[in-house]
Amino acid sequence: MTEPASDAPPFRILPRLTDLNRAFWTGGAEGELRFLRCNGCGYYNHPPTPICPICHGKDLAPHTVSGKATLHTYTVNHQPWMPGPELPYVVAIVKLPEQEGLRLTTNLVGAELDEIEIGMPLRVVFERHDDGDDAIYLPLFEPDPDR
Amino acid sequence: MSTDANEIIERRAVISGAGQSDVGRRLYRDPLELTLDACLAAIDDAGLTTAEIDGIATYPGPIATPPGFSGAGIVDVQDALRLEIGWWTGGIELPGQLGSVINACLAVASGLATHVLCFRSVWEGSAQGKEGRSAVMPGGSSGGAFRASGFMEWTLPFAAPSAAIWIAMMAERHFHEYGTTREQLAQIALNARKNAGVNPKAIYRDPMTMDDYLGIRMISSPLCLYDCDIPCDGATALIVSRAETAPDLRKTPIQVEAVGTALRGRPSWDQFDDLTTMACRDAGAQLWTRTDLTPRDVELAEMYDGFSFITMAWIEAMGFCGKGESGPFVEGGQRIARDGELPLNTHGGQLSAGRLHGYGFLHEACVQLWGEAGERQVPGDPEVGVACAGGGPLAGALLLTRRR
Repeated sequence: MTEPASDAPPFRILPRLTDLNRAFWTGGAEGELRFLRCNGCGYYNHPPTPICPICHGKDLAPHTVSGKATLHTYTVNHQPWMPGPELPYVVAIVKLPEQEGLRLTTNLVGAELDEIEIGMPLRVVFERHDDGDDAIYLPLFEPDPDR
Repeated sequence: MSTDANEIIERRAVISGAGQSDVGRRLYRDPLELTLDACLAAIDDAGLTTAEIDGIATYPGPIATPPGFSGAGIVDVQDALRLEIGWWTGGIELPGQLGSVINACLAVASGLATHVLCFRSVWEGSAQGKEGRSAVMPGGSSGGAFRASGFMEWTLPFAAPSAAIWIAMMAERHFHEYGTTREQLAQIALNARKNAGVNPKAIYRDPMTMDDYLGIRMISSPLCLYDCDIPCDGATALIVSRAETAPDLRKTPIQVEAVGTALRGRPSWDQFDDLTTMACRDAGAQLWTRTDLTPRDVELAEMYDGFSFITMAWIEAMGFCGKGESGPFVEGGQRIARDGELPLNTHGGQLSAGRLHGYGFLHEACVQLWGEAGERQVPGDPEVGVACAGGGPLAGALLLTRRR
């Protein structure tokens, strides 16, 4: 069992916020998972870069997605690499339905280890970390009871 | 020298010498000394002198972090041996660790150099011992005020700092798609340990059984401790020479028949289209377009095992079996044994012989093709071998021949 993403979050190495990634890492304040998206061709550009890799347009803006995902692959990590979630914890790569190939590395939380299955439906849940003046919301994923 | 767009230009290059320093779990020796031991051994092995070396190539260059990852840079070696060089290159942005050797092949083929000293030097064992280096933790043992950026921005916040985790997820996906099992994956580790048993320089030489493998602690499922390579101290060097110099060399050089360096997917550990293949797929496919030889001609394969699953991916990428079939291919271990149809990681790989980081595979392929591997020599006088290195988005491969 991994820790629920609630009151006392574990130690995390936080991302360095930039103009490009800020919407992604802070969207959880509004409960929203946001990716930089090309206004020209609609491509979700992740990890974010200054131009759209498909149409090379520079008109990119944060766009909120459903927060739904499916489990693409995962590992149950037993090794104490660093301070962090209680061992063992689950690292996962999840697939977002909004675009073929749009994926995130994340933690799968709130799932019994023996119920984890590749392909299982998931939904985003945010873990808040205050970093100076910023509040960073890590998008974690948990089993989606509605699917 | 004329050039022709259709020429397989790497064939103008040969490997003329190989050398290796002492190798140990923790040697606590000056890494430059280890590096120079390997370099001088390789130069001597080729029948050359330092005055004849006119190029240097290395991976990853003199980077300070993580400690132990690099034992020396080019200028350290150039100055220590007072080399006069016409061409040099060192860096970490390459098609795997052996990308540096492939660069050297292109340098001799182009005429910028005649004999290139290539080296890779590590002291990760010592760094994790006396120096107190954590295997992967950035920013010191507590993380401190470190903030993740670059590609680690997308993994570190999720407590996924290690390639063990990233490769574990690729292996899990392979298990899911193709029914691969831990018992099959185990064969990479068991085969490596068996071969290490007859390699006097290997780090871990005691026999390992399937029960040992299945009983050892899990690191990141499905990878257990024995699926992870062993940080060590040591240096490896190879001399890449222009083919026409063969008459001046001490022994029949090894021909570079073809190389593979392609990266046709996203350069990423999690966004690459097919996580079960990694970039090995592209390097392997490209290599076979540059030769009339086929995978069936290969008599020994020295293929990266930073984690056991990477070797499985290389087995498929190099066409030794079909996509997704590496599990059944290695099952039971006979096929990849030294007397099997595809002797694999005959020195013990990085899993048992130590993480010499890519160069160990090329060194072993050369030693085997020269018939100099002693007790671990592959029978049948092998003439064709492959050396492949890298995992995730990094992959470079060389097809080598020794014609008598």
